[in-house]
Amino acid sequence: MMDTVKENSQPKILVFSTEKISDPAIDLAGLLKMHYPPTVFTISLPCSSAIKSRWILHAFDKGFDGVFIAADGTDCTYGESCIELTSQVVSRTQDMMREKGLDPARLKMAAICSVCAEPFVNHMINFTEALSKSD
Amino acid sequence: MRNKIGVYICQCGSNISDYVDVEKVKEIASQQEGVSLAKITMFACADSAQKEMVEDIQQNNLDAIVVASCSPQLHVPTFRGVAQRAGLNPYNYVQVNIREQGSWAHSDNPKQATEKAVRSVNAGIARVSHSEALVTIKISALNTVTVIGAGISGMRSAVELADMGTFVHLIEREHFVGGRVSQWGDLFTTHESGEEVVTRLFEEVLKHDKIKLYTGAELLSYSGSVGDMKLQVKLTPRYVKEVCNIENLDKAIEVCPVEVPDEFDFFLTKRKAIYKNFESEFPKMPAIDKANCTFCGECQKVCPDIDLKQKEQIIDIQSGAILLCSGFDPYEPKDGEYGYKTIDNVVTLQQFKRLVELNDDKLIYNGKPIKNVAYIYCVGSRQINGDNKYCSRYCCTSAIHTAINIKEKYGDIQNYHVNRGIRTYGKQELLYEQSSIQGDIYLQFYEDSDAVVEKEGDKTVIRVEDFLTAGKEIDIYPDLVVLVTGMERRKDTSIGDILKVPVGRDRFYNEIHPKLRPVETVIDGIFIAGACQGPKNITEAMKSSLSAAAKANSLLTKGEIELEPTLATINPNACEWCDKCLAACPYNAIEKIEHSGKYIAVVVEAKCKGCGMCAPVCPVDAIEIIGFTNVEIETMIEAMAE
Repeated sequence: MMDTVKENSQPKILVFSTEKISDPAIDLAGLLKMHYPPTVFTISLPCSSAIKSRWILHAFDKGFDGVFIAADGTDCTYGESCIELTSQVVSRTQDMMREKGLDPARLKMAAICSVCAEPFVNHMINFTEALSKSD
Repeated sequence: MRNKIGVYICQCGSNISDYVDVEKVKEIASQQEGVSLAKITMFACADSAQKEMVEDIQQNNLDAIVVASCSPQLHVPTFRGVAQRAGLNPYNYVQVNIREQGSWAHSDNPKQATEKAVRSVNAGIARVSHSEALVTIKISALNTVTVIGAGISGMRSAVELADMGTFVHLIEREHFVGGRVSQWGDLFTTHESGEEVVTRLFEEVLKHDKIKLYTGAELLSYSGSVGDMKLQVKLTPRYVKEVCNIENLDKAIEVCPVEVPDEFDFFLTKRKAIYKNFESEFPKMPAIDKANCTFCGECQKVCPDIDLKQKEQIIDIQSGAILLCSGFDPYEPKDGEYGYKTIDNVVTLQQFKRLVELNDDKLIYNGKPIKNVAYIYCVGSRQINGDNKYCSRYCCTSAIHTAINIKEKYGDIQNYHVNRGIRTYGKQELLYEQSSIQGDIYLQFYEDSDAVVEKEGDKTVIRVEDFLTAGKEIDIYPDLVVLVTGMERRKDTSIGDILKVPVGRDRFYNEIHPKLRPVETVIDGIFIAGACQGPKNITEAMKSSLSAAAKANSLLTKGEIELEPTLATINPNACEWCDKCLAACPYNAIEKIEHSGKYIAVVVEAKCKGCGMCAPVCPVDAIEIIGFTNVEIETMIEAMAE
């Protein structure tokens, strides 16, 4: 019973990952049986710079507590502008979050390379903890 | 909306079903709107399971399928094939990962692993219900490849392509072919010289009527896309007539009054403004270096085959694909790095190899005979503080090979190898053994106690804490210090800038995947081979050249190319041209057109890579990526959040 209560109260995180770079890292975490909270869900896109603010806001509207962008960073196969464009998506969305009274810290971004399994798992554990405290 | 959806939940033996209650996932999936069939399979990828899916699709007239099994990285082509064999559009299939991101990641919590699988499968169903039947885009392709760079990689690729029936434009910026390998003497393992390898390849190039070689050719601009790429190339004149008398040209070199440092010999020697790098160099006629020639006309007086009136030309080349073989630059140490340019008897490995080629009987540098040579390894590679974190792969072998050669050539020489661990992998290990047998001394240091090169009176000393003698500080007093410098990407980045080829962390051109797609770039129709992709020895460069040639040929030989249909699409009614998408697109895939009395943006399908960079910047949300539309993503989010 206690378990159920604990599980239900765990914050839900939506991860936007990328097909060629961060998805392989998240898969690798699973392959290595590195555990992270099962309330983490992933939607994979071609490139992190393709994420629309409206999707992130929609996730918050529908009950996600946090959104994490597992960005391509300098590894992006589509080019260097990915970093700047993804950062712009984050700052634009955080402005919109402030307007809606949402804590901008609920949207996080970090570069996750194709072998960054451990950093990904650590991000998920730390983000979950941070979101739990903010609740 | 798809409303006859088939859902397959894979047990993956027990990889999934040990932690995920697949019955529960199936049960809930079968209750979702639009689902007409839900099944559990032992192995979805097995032949029998694939056949069953094909039968299910055909017998039940399914209009979409979801396969919940392993990562999309593994089996998307497998299940697209299933859909296609059953007569279903392959883009009406969605893969859901419940193994790597499900059962395995959450094997510590089967209950919640099951909850996550349920929501993930429901999200997949939501997505597939909005999926469109897509048709791959077909465009015609010219069976011609432009190979950039006529070093050994470029020539090897050109010959291979031409052998397979593809026409090749081979463009080389210098006036001579052969690239860096021409500068090298004896090669391991064949013991041919660099000149001989270049000669052999060039003769093969000449035999082919399907290869057109341009020397003094520099890429100016690029337009078009895979299948139909247009290049503008500047041809710098050679100032020598095509049919000429070699003897007269030799006289012309003699009388030329201009002398400049010779970059072919890494500035150890000088050359004239009319020059050739070595006797048997190809094409077998000298060239006039426009940057240094004073056009005094002295050469013309002794040689009527010189034509100083030749003009620069700009030509247009059209091809279906481009193969980049632009090679590398040797690392040049910074002034003072291990005494480079501040201590007179410090040279780079590349300079040393030229010095050995130039000295036949005795090894002499700066007028002094050389008996003791010390090599400091990993200069400009595996840097602790610099950007070059990578190993340059060829330099350990090249330095040891040179050490063996000088001992054989000049006799009484002692070599000291001050290294950070020797990487003579594979057959090259034989050289390491031979060098040890001939009496070469190996000293090893770690990155935290770097070797130091100093002046001590009129002598040069290398101080090193030698790990192999328990960290004892050892001083070496060599006659010559050779810095074993590795490879860097070309300093001139103009080709990459024009073609917009992505570079990796090592700043060499980046392949899509080092193992699965090692010669392809993210830009369709642009391939890479040889050392422009990263440090390689000759054998490795040849293998990548053959691989790239095969890839380019197989892309073009059908005369038609199929492209993934997951591209950006712009709603013409919503678009009010503002140019933000144009600025965001890294591939120039956005064009401005007039439509119903206003200007709007359209996507050039053959150029679009479907990255989606344009979509979030649109202020009126007129851009969607097919397969990642608002409705698809948002219904997935809803299913996951439930």
